[in-house]
This record gives sequence, structure tokens and C-alpha cells, in this order.
Amino acid sequence: MSSFSEIWVYLATSPLTWLGTTLVAFVLALRIGALLGNSPLANSVLLSSAMLIPVLLLTGTSYPTYFEGAQFVHFLLGPATVSLAVPLYRNLAAVKRSIVPIAVALLAGSITAMGSALAIAAIFGAPPEVLASIAPKSVSAPIAMELAKSLGGIPSLAAVLVILTGVTGAIIVTPLMNALGTKNYAARGFAVGVASHGIGTARALQVNDMAGAFAGIAMALNGAFTAILLTGFLLLR
Amino acid sequence: MTDMVAKPLRPADWVAGFALLILCQLAGETLVQILRLLVPAFAFPGPVVGMLLLVGLLALMGDRARPVIASADGLLGILSLLFVPSAVGIMQHGELIRAWGGPLLLAVVASTALTLVVTVGAFILTERWVSR
Repeated sequence: MSSFSEIWVYLATSPLTWLGTTLVAFVLALRIGALLGNSPLANSVLLSSAMLIPVLLLTGTSYPTYFEGAQFVHFLLGPATVSLAVPLYRNLAAVKRSIVPIAVALLAGSITAMGSALAIAAIFGAPPEVLASIAPKSVSAPIAMELAKSLGGIPSLAAVLVILTGVTGAIIVTPLMNALGTKNYAARGFAVGVASHGIGTARALQVNDMAGAFAGIAMALNGAFTAILLTGFLLLR
Repeated sequence: MTDMVAKPLRPADWVAGFALLILCQLAGETLVQILRLLVPAFAFPGPVVGMLLLVGLLALMGDRARPVIASADGLLGILSLLFVPSAVGIMQHGELIRAWGGPLLLAVVASTALTLVVTVGAFILTERWVSR
């Protein structure tokens, strides 16, 4: 009996267990998504976490223990970001032609993303540290955490809000754009990249390579622009 | 421009393609560290700088870019998977979510929808205005 529980103790803390569980959850999420006709609601990030979190809570596994295994997947985010150069290069002519729309849409989208989140949270009486954590919600997690920290926010809350924003955008972008009746995939991709960073970009790449390219460039530009805007605000304050 | 469709790769090419992605990221991270010496508040991620470096390299490499293109397309095909470990991190914030979950979720959903509409509108209207 004690040897069985020893095996369990080994398994529950082994990086292999949680790396494997993460991969299996993702494959299941894709299968469920396919069963539902690849509905945007069946978002694979959302479904995978909805399976993994209860398993971790039921087995009493802490997030750091889980992450020891999951870090190998997480690590690939860096090279994957570099990889966005490929759809960008494939669509470079279209991107160059759209320099002016890109600049205007970046300015409008970036300010809307920050301003509207701040305004709604402020109406609900959110304290300053929560406001500072929600302001950079539309940029990728490392930048958002850094910015939240320098604004007096809570970096880990900022990371949660970034993920929520990403999943929300990935889910609503296709039905929303179809409702607006636009088939301009450069514009659609750019919008989801500005609003929902990498998770939105992942969705755009599933829809179409041009949308993916514009989402990738939007994500990079919005990261830079939000950082400049919020750093400027800090310096002027 | 070269033929951008990925074909099956030999092992050496497969690893070389992936190595180039890693080296671009490394170069990007190094550049950011150097810039941070000059401007300590500089908060730009190394991988994005690596991405810009790779765009430049792709233009120079022509047909030799085939392996790195195949590796990049492979990674981008599973981009959603790579966000799962961070998303699971939400489990650490049960208390905050219970206290602020409703308003924060509303702020995130409303603000994201508004941002999508404003950005796509600004893009399309400017495009029409420019091409007029």
C-alpha cells in the first residue's frame, strides 16, 4: 500500500505528469472543438484550462508544481513569437500598402482598449491597484506585468486579465466581425491583434494567413505603443 | 519571392530551422538587454525584436529559408497550446476573482468588444479615405 502511495507522490510531482496532462487536455480540447464544428466558443485555451484546473484542484496540486511540467510548453512562446515573422513576410506587400490604416487603427484601438477598461472598472469603484492592473490588459503578458508593476498594480492580476482578454477576443472576434459584415481580413486580423494580443493572433491564424500576419504586427505594435503611452504617463505624473 | 509552402524536411533541416528561431530570439533578447543599459524603463520583449530580425533574414535568405519557414509554420499551428500554462495560472487568484470577478469580467468583455469594433472601423475607414 505504502509503495502505491509513493508512486502517486512521485507521479503527482513529476514534471512529466503535468506536461503530459497539458498535452492531452489540449488534444481533447481540439477534438471537442471539431465536434462542435470549430465554433469560436469552443476556444482551445479556455477548454484546456477548464479541464486542467479542476484536475489540479482535486489532486491538491499547486500551480508551481504544475508549471514545472508545463514550462516546457510555455517556453515555446518565445520562438513562436519569432515565428510570426513568416506570415508577416508572406504578406509584407499588403502590410506595406496599409501603413496609414495600420497607424490610425493602432492609435484608435490602443487608446480604446486602455480607456474603456479603465472607465468601466472605475465606474464599479475598483481600487487604484486594480485599475493599474487592468490598464495594460490588451498587450502580451510579460509587457503587461511589467507595466502594471510600474503603475502600482498587481502583476499577477494583470497576467490573469491579459489571458481573459485574449480568450474573450478569440471567442467574439469571428461572430462580431461577421455581424459587422466585413470580409476585410487585414482589418479583422489587425483588430484582434490590438484587442487580444497572442491569443487573438492564434485565432486569426486559424481563420486565414493574411489575418494572422496583420494580427501579429498589431500585437507587436500595440505592445510597444501601450508601453510608450503608459511610461509617458508615469513620467508626466 | 520563394515558394513558401512547407514540404517534409530532412532531420538536419528541421533542427536548423528551429535553431534559427532560437538564435533570432537570443539576438532579440540580447539587443533588449543592451538597450536597457541605455534606457532602464525600456519594456519591449526580446522575442518581438527577434521577429523583426527574422523578417530581415527571410528577405536575404531566399530559397534557403524553407527549413525555418516549415519550423515557424509548425509552431504557429499550435500557438493556442502555448498559452495554456499561463491560462491555468488563473487558479491562483480564486480570492481576487471572487471579490472582483463580476466587474472585471464585464470590463474585459465590454472593452474587448469595443476595441475590436473601433480598430476594425478605423482601419477600414482610413483605407477607404487613403485610396480615394
